[in-house]
Amino acid sequence: MKHAKKIVTVCGAVVMAWSAGIAIAGVTKPGDVKFDDTKVTAPLTNEAGDAAKGKLLFSNRKKGNCLACHVNKDLADKPFHGEIGPPLDGVASRYSASEMRGILINAKVALSDETIMPGFYMVNTGARVAKKFKGKTILSAQQIEDILAYLQTLKE
Amino acid sequence: MRGLIKAAVVFALAAGGFANFGPVNAGEDLPAGVTVVKAPAAKGGPLAEILSGWGSRSKSTQQLQQDDFENPGYLWVDKGETLWNTVDGKAGKSCATCHDDASVSMKGVGAAMPKWDAKLGRPMTLEQRVNACRTDNMEAKEWKWESDQMLSMTAYVKNQSRGMPVNVQADGPMEPWVKRGKELYYTRVGQLNMSCANCHEANYGKFIRADYLSQGQSNGFPTYRLKWQKVGSLHRRFKGCMKNIRAKPYKRGSDEFVAMEIYLAQRGKGLQVESPAVRN
Ligand code: HEC
Ligand code: HEC
Repeated sequence: MKHAKKIVTVCGAVVMAWSAGIAIAGVTKPGDVKFDDTKVTAPLTNEAGDAAKGKLLFSNRKKGNCLACHVNKDLADKPFHGEIGPPLDGVASRYSASEMRGILINAKVALSDETIMPGFYMVNTGARVAKKFKGKTILSAQQIEDILAYLQTLKE
Repeated sequence: MRGLIKAAVVFALAAGGFANFGPVNAGEDLPAGVTVVKAPAAKGGPLAEILSGWGSRSKSTQQLQQDDFENPGYLWVDKGETLWNTVDGKAGKSCATCHDDASVSMKGVGAAMPKWDAKLGRPMTLEQRVNACRTDNMEAKEWKWESDQMLSMTAYVKNQSRGMPVNVQADGPMEPWVKRGKELYYTRVGQLNMSCANCHEANYGKFIRADYLSQGQSNGFPTYRLKWQKVGSLHRRFKGCMKNIRAKPYKRGSDEFVAMEIYLAQRGKGLQVESPAVRN
C-alpha cells in the first residue's frame, strides 16, 4: 500500500514537470512547486531519496548545514550542533513526509514567515544575492529528496 | 541561559572550553580598561539588555583582552602612536602638529564616531575623518580603509576612548542615517535570506554550529580577530557576515555601511569602547 502511494506521487511529479515544460525529465523547478497549505505532497524528482546521501548533506557545511541550527543525536559523532532551531531527534514522528518536504523547500511558507531557516529549494530569496548563487537554489531537487529520506529515519 | 548550560556541557570539550558565559560587571572578569560589558537597554528598544561581544567569547579569548601586554591588538595601537607623530605629506605635518597629545585631544573622539560633519553635510567615520585630515591638512595621500596604517591609526585613536561610553549622535541631521541603518539591519539579504537581526537580535546567546552568537555590537572595533590573525575594521566584519549569508556585501566606506555603523553604535549605547577588543 505504501509502495503504491509512492508510485502515484512520483507520477504526479512527472506530470507536473511535463505540464510546466521542463527540460530535466521528472524534476520540478523551484517556481513550479505546489504547496498544499504547508505541505508539498509530490516528490521533486522521480528518483527515490537516498537516506545515506541525505545524512551527509545534513551536516555538510556547504550543502544542508542543518547541523548549524539543529541538534541531532543521530550525528552525535559530529561536533558543534547548533541550537537555533528545535532538535530534530524523532522529527519523523512529528511530521509527515509532505510536511517535511514543505519545510525543506520553503520554511517561510511551511513554518512561519519570520523564521531564520533558509528556503532550500527556492530562488526568490533575500536581496543582493551574491553573483555565484544568483538564480540558484541552495540544494538541488534530488538533494531535498535525499535529506527528506534521511529525516524519515529519525523516529522516536 | 538554561539552553546554554546544556550546550556548554555538550560542546565545551569539543570547542576547547566555552566555559564563561553571561558576563557580569564585577570582579576580575572584565576586559582591561572597561567597567561595563552589560548595560540596561533603553525602554521600547528591541533588546532586553545590551551585551558586549566580549561575554560571548571563550575564556582563553577573553583572557587575551584582560591584559594589554597579552592583547595582540596593541601591536597596532603602538604602530598608530608612531604614525601619529610621523610627518607625512607636502605640508610637512604630522597628526601631532595639529592635535598634540592624543591622550588629551583624542579622548572621547572615537566614542562619538561616526560624527556629523556640517561642512560636508554628512556623517564621517573615523577612517573618513583621518583621510580628510591627511588630504586637506597634511597634503598626504589617503590611506586605504583596511591598510595597516589606517587600522593602526584607528586602533590608536579609538583606544584613547577606551572605557568611555559609546556616545554617537542619533538625532538632528543624523536621524535619516539611523533610520537607513535600521532598515538595512532588518533587511533579509543573500541566498540564505537572513537579516542581521535574525542572528544578532533573535538568536544571540545561542550556538550556530561552532559559533556562539553575540549581539553583534560594534564597541570593540577595530578588533583583533584570531581568525584574521590581525586587527580588522567594523566594515570588514560587516562584509564577512554578509558573505556568510551569500549576499553581495556593500563596500567599505559606502553610505550603507556608514549608516549601519551609526545605527549599531546607537543600538549599543550603554556599552563602553573596548578597542582593540579580541575576538575569535
Ligand atoms: C539558520 C538556521 C537553520 C538552518 C540552517 C536550518 N534550520 Fe530547520 N529550523 C530552524 C528554526 C529556527 C526552526 C523552527 C521554526 C522557527 O521557529 O523559526 C526550524 C524548524 C525545522 C523543522 C521543524 C522542526 C520542529 O520540530 O518543529 C525541521 C524538520 C527542520 N527545521 C529541518 C531542517 C533541515 C533538514 C535543515 C537543513 C537542510 C534545516 N532545518 C536547516 C532553523 C534552521
Ligand atoms: C548567519 C548568522 C549571522 C548573520 C545573518 C549576521 N551575522 Fe554578524 N556575526 C555572526 C557570527 C557567528 C559572528 C561571530 C560571533 C559573534 O560575535 O557573534 C558575528 C559577529 C558580528 C560582529 C562582531 C561582534 C564583536 O563583538 O566582535 C558584528 C559587528 C556583526 N556580526 C554585525 C553583523 C551585521 C551588521 C549583520 C548584517 C549585515 C550581521 N552581523 C549578520 C553571524 C551572523
